[in-house]
Amino acid sequence: MSLTYHLQVVNLLAALLLLIAFAMLSQRRIVGLITLFAWQGAALATSTAIVAWSTGQHHLYYSAALTLGLKVVLVPWYFFRLIRQLDVDREVEPMINIPTTMLIGIILVIFAFNLALPISQMAGTVTRSTLGIALASVLLAFLMMITRSKAIPQVIGFLAMENGLFFAATSATYGMPLVVELGVALDVLVAVFVLGIFFFHIRETFDSMDLKHMERLREK
Amino acid sequence: MTTGIALQIGQTLLALVLAPMLMGWVNVCRAWLQGRVAPPLLQPYYNLRKLFHKDAVLAHDATRLFRFAPYIIFACMVLAAGIVPTLANDLPFSPAADVIALVGLFALARVFQALAALDIGTAFGSLGARREMLIAFLAEPALLMVFFTASLISQSTELPHIVDRLAHQEFALYPSLAFAAVAFWMVSTAENARIPVDNPTTHLELTMIHEAMVLEYSARHLAMIEWAVALKLFTYSTLGIALFLPWGIAPAGDLNALPLALLALALKLAIGGAALALLETVNAKMRLFRAPEFLGTAFLLAVLGMLTHFLLEV
Repeated sequence: MSLTYHLQVVNLLAALLLLIAFAMLSQRRIVGLITLFAWQGAALATSTAIVAWSTGQHHLYYSAALTLGLKVVLVPWYFFRLIRQLDVDREVEPMINIPTTMLIGIILVIFAFNLALPISQMAGTVTRSTLGIALASVLLAFLMMITRSKAIPQVIGFLAMENGLFFAATSATYGMPLVVELGVALDVLVAVFVLGIFFFHIRETFDSMDLKHMERLREK
Repeated sequence: MTTGIALQIGQTLLALVLAPMLMGWVNVCRAWLQGRVAPPLLQPYYNLRKLFHKDAVLAHDATRLFRFAPYIIFACMVLAAGIVPTLANDLPFSPAADVIALVGLFALARVFQALAALDIGTAFGSLGARREMLIAFLAEPALLMVFFTASLISQSTELPHIVDRLAHQEFALYPSLAFAAVAFWMVSTAENARIPVDNPTTHLELTMIHEAMVLEYSARHLAMIEWAVALKLFTYSTLGIALFLPWGIAPAGDLNALPLALLALALKLAIGGAALALLETVNAKMRLFRAPEFLGTAFLLAVLGMLTHFLLEV
């Protein structure tokens, strides 16, 4: 190990990101899911800030602040308000049972690590070894979207996937240009609010947040 | 070599003496957190003294196995406590027993506990023994994986080498140990019969695991088992310290570092005990059939730790 300490901290935070992704996969309650999502955002913001500090890339400070404001404070607060209004804080039943999901998750992690190995050797950044972890968190979030049938966990899975992509961008190329990042942040914000409105409509139409009902949708 | 043997015996005796105190400290912290009046810190010692002065009652059907099991369990725990470096890293016994042998010692104690519970043929005994085996066969591989993660870093399965690599050489952060630490916490709650897997204070037949196995014991036999339980908690705590917070353990051959090591150990155990009490207060005991899922998660986390070791630390 010849890495400097701040890079070791970045590696530790990357591991934390993966740990939280797994915790989200095994979480049954929506409130716990939102809390974990906020923690994932916090880990992401911290690691981005450390990368910004150690490499002198100033625009990364802005994206760290953006992550902190948006994904740690605003979105979780909005979701907490939503589940209070919708009154849906119950256990979410996954389509596949949790141990099987975790096993699939481990296979995905091995796949992502192997896939990222040749790519990360091409990247010239100091944080390139964390690319595998970023890819793994994207795939795990994707798995969460697939295995959950309720609307809110699916949206959280979508946002967690965005977290993973953001981390991948930071570790492979020191982040995207600021304009792109601002655009993505705005997109996420708008998506969350639009989906929030959607939740109410879904519940009004089906009396439930279970998206399985939408498979039977047809015109009357 | 003589100092090594003296240290080895000293550490084992220290574990014997301190173990009930750690148990008492956890109980005190729990009482505080739950807003109750705390029992005295030395309550476990009073209990042990009381039990040793009573006359033992044995079931009519009990064989010799039932009578000897407490001593075997106690001996296993004393040996296990001798393997883990608590104060100094200078352990002459360590080449004889590495972490894998340590897991084996715990397993031996558990087998005798379960056999003794089955021996008297009561319903509760066999129920407890079956549940214990269900938990144990899931917890053991996870524990081994945790040890393997630490062994990969230090290239050795002997605890003094692991501690030496982590504490006395160049400081480095190991992300894989973060996974291993979480997995270790999950496994140790299961192995020590603590919340969320088992509740050490309950006598409700639906939930109890460890208590169901020792219901028929009394007097000195029960005292031996209670002491062994305290020793096991102590050994697991020092094991956690050795793997994840080893700073402060005196390097081999450095006697001057011993007072500081003692202070560090006391501090770490106090904080660890308080943390255990806090986790037990905020968590609810889960249903027995959730336990396989819980321990499966622990196993997967430990495997994940090994994978991150290959990704980030090689």
